[in-house]
Amino acid sequence: MVMIETKAERMVINMGPHHPSMHGVLRLIVTLDGEDVVDCEPVLGYLHRGMEKIAENRTVIQYLPYVTRWDYLATMFTEAITVNAPEKLANVPVPRRASYIRMIMLELSRIASHLLWLGTFMGDIGALSPFFYTFREREMVYDLFEAATGMRMMHNYFRIGGVAADLPYGWVDKCEDFCNYLTPKVDEYEKLITNNPIFRKRVEGLGTIGREEAINWGLSGPMLRGSGVNWDLRKVDHYELYDELDWQVQIETGGDCLARYLVRVKEIRESAKMVLQSLKQLPGGSYENLEAQRVLAGPKSEWTGFDYQFIGKKSSPTFKVPEGEHYVRVEAPKGELGVYLIGEDSIFPWRFKIRPPGFVNLQPLSELVKGTKIADLMAILGSVDIIMGEVDR
Amino acid sequence: MNTGIDLQRSLIEFLTGLGLPFGLAKVIWMLIPMVVIVLGVTVGALACTWLERKISAAMQQRIGPEYAGPFGILLPLADVGKLLIKQDIMPAKADPILFTLGPLLVFISIFLCFLVVPFGEHLLISDLGTGIFFIIAISSISPIGLLMSGYSSNNKYALIGGLRAAAQSISYEIPLALAALAIAMMSNGLSTVDIVNQQAGYGILSWNLWRQPVGFMIFAIAALAECERLPFDLPEADEELVAGYQNEYGGIKFALFYGGSYANLLLAGLLVAILYLGGWELPFPIDTISDFLGISPNAGWWQVIAAALGITMTLLKAYFFIFFAVLLRFTVPRVRIDQLLDLGWKFLLPIGLVNLLLTAALKLTFPFAFGG
Repeated sequence: MVMIETKAERMVINMGPHHPSMHGVLRLIVTLDGEDVVDCEPVLGYLHRGMEKIAENRTVIQYLPYVTRWDYLATMFTEAITVNAPEKLANVPVPRRASYIRMIMLELSRIASHLLWLGTFMGDIGALSPFFYTFREREMVYDLFEAATGMRMMHNYFRIGGVAADLPYGWVDKCEDFCNYLTPKVDEYEKLITNNPIFRKRVEGLGTIGREEAINWGLSGPMLRGSGVNWDLRKVDHYELYDELDWQVQIETGGDCLARYLVRVKEIRESAKMVLQSLKQLPGGSYENLEAQRVLAGPKSEWTGFDYQFIGKKSSPTFKVPEGEHYVRVEAPKGELGVYLIGEDSIFPWRFKIRPPGFVNLQPLSELVKGTKIADLMAILGSVDIIMGEVDR
Repeated sequence: MNTGIDLQRSLIEFLTGLGLPFGLAKVIWMLIPMVVIVLGVTVGALACTWLERKISAAMQQRIGPEYAGPFGILLPLADVGKLLIKQDIMPAKADPILFTLGPLLVFISIFLCFLVVPFGEHLLISDLGTGIFFIIAISSISPIGLLMSGYSSNNKYALIGGLRAAAQSISYEIPLALAALAIAMMSNGLSTVDIVNQQAGYGILSWNLWRQPVGFMIFAIAALAECERLPFDLPEADEELVAGYQNEYGGIKFALFYGGSYANLLLAGLLVAILYLGGWELPFPIDTISDFLGISPNAGWWQVIAAALGITMTLLKAYFFIFFAVLLRFTVPRVRIDQLLDLGWKFLLPIGLVNLLLTAALKLTFPFAFGG
């Protein structure tokens, strides 16, 4: 971009850690030339709580309540990865029903995360109302979480070898109702936002990341798929039982803020579809149905078999993380959430390295915003979708 | 033209009858409309804040103000009370004179504009010959106040906000003036009363809205930009500049900004009503009512009713515009500064010029319809 240089001195402005659109406590030291951003230096660490170190003297069960504080808007994923890492290391099999419940929870969590992102992103570019609309739907997701796990945000629901509790009575129906309700609401958002000329003008062609560039930066999630890379860990890693569902990876080739917006909106729809499918295919059906079949078929029935048993009693409080090291990842709403786990046959992991998607996706920010306006800075930062809890850990 | 009730003479006669000297009675008379207007505008601005809260709440599936009085109608008063008793804080390195002068300039210039806003044929403080251009001239003082406060706050966000405010008002003043100029050309005068009178006769059909649709759009957009309302609220864009030029202000000084901005919105609404929506005129000529009811238009009580109807109509039209502005604010995102300036200079300005030219041509061609 050609910039007309002015003789005036450049202004160094400190945005954050307390600033309305810094998504928590990100601090940006921005050099401005009038309205143009010349340079931008992110300063991290204001929410650093030593999450990795804390993990080193906690058993998995003890550590689980902490993990929802990494990415506190997509909490199920943090629990999933904390449980998946030792599970994979110790080769703990997961019952099919538990796996389905996990998928349902993960996709609901993805919906909640994307909905919140949509609201804050629109807020970042000045539209105030979508925030309230997305929160209305997000509340329903959290109501579902509350019914199933007892908590709205910090669920502590995943366990090694399953989940903490079965779905309560009537939950499956409620969840189905929600999914059927959500899609028309997403249509409403799109009616309000997608073709709004001001919105289009603000985000089209802004913060463009090319395909190669996105791969080289190590981006993941909607940031990567927005740049036209067909990469979704649910398809790549075949974890849980995602292969049994009929769904598509959502990609856009624009690479700009609009593409990232479109990818996320499409993912909301896709996730709703996946939840509906999982609810239909849920082994044993709804809880009340499963219980009835159990009682009818007697104690030796298949309904008491492994695939339908998954209550958290399996995971012992002194579960030992076996000797060995490996890297496990899930496709979180923000991208690749990974854990590099080193066990030494003790109840505590020797090393618990977290690879948060937000931290990696934040890298290209200062490159992206150079030469844009202050207002674009907020739009680009908003489109990256960061949560400082997981960036700083 | 009927003479109507001469309030001034009756009041002065009443006061001199009480034994006051004529000069004092006249001074008292002069104060009354001013106080009424200042109070009325303040109440109108407070009503705007309440409406904004209620309408936005309805749009966002909230309840909005609820507990302060019926439907939370006393909440604006609570706001004012809170702001008045707050400590007056000034940043250590702020320029004290400019910092204090800024909000005052903004507030006073906006309130001065109401001098020529008519609520009826004789219901205005001063029927200035320059009318509409007085408003445009005086209202362009307020960006200086914004710039002052932005500059003197010793805050970078405030500085950027103040500069944005100045750039924005300069670029939107011109289309605003051009749109008003087309109206002035049609009315053969700048006086606000003349402009409304020129729209009388055929009720809703004779309103300028139908003769100046393009001008109306330009005026509405430019007025929104002048009021710093979304989608043009860049000077105080809270996601970017926290609160722009208001950043360091609190208490009474902030109240001046806040009240001033809503008074400005009210002014914009009133101007739209006067210039395009026929001011105090009813959607049908008021004489038809008096004819239909067989009342003499000069009857005293009918004059009072007609005046009250006129005021109601003016306010209704103004608040219709405000309602529209609130709807817009909670629907659309904010434009970027370069897009804002592009819209002003590259779109509204040429369109405004063409509109002016077209109006002149139409006036020459169809003098009966375009105020020959």
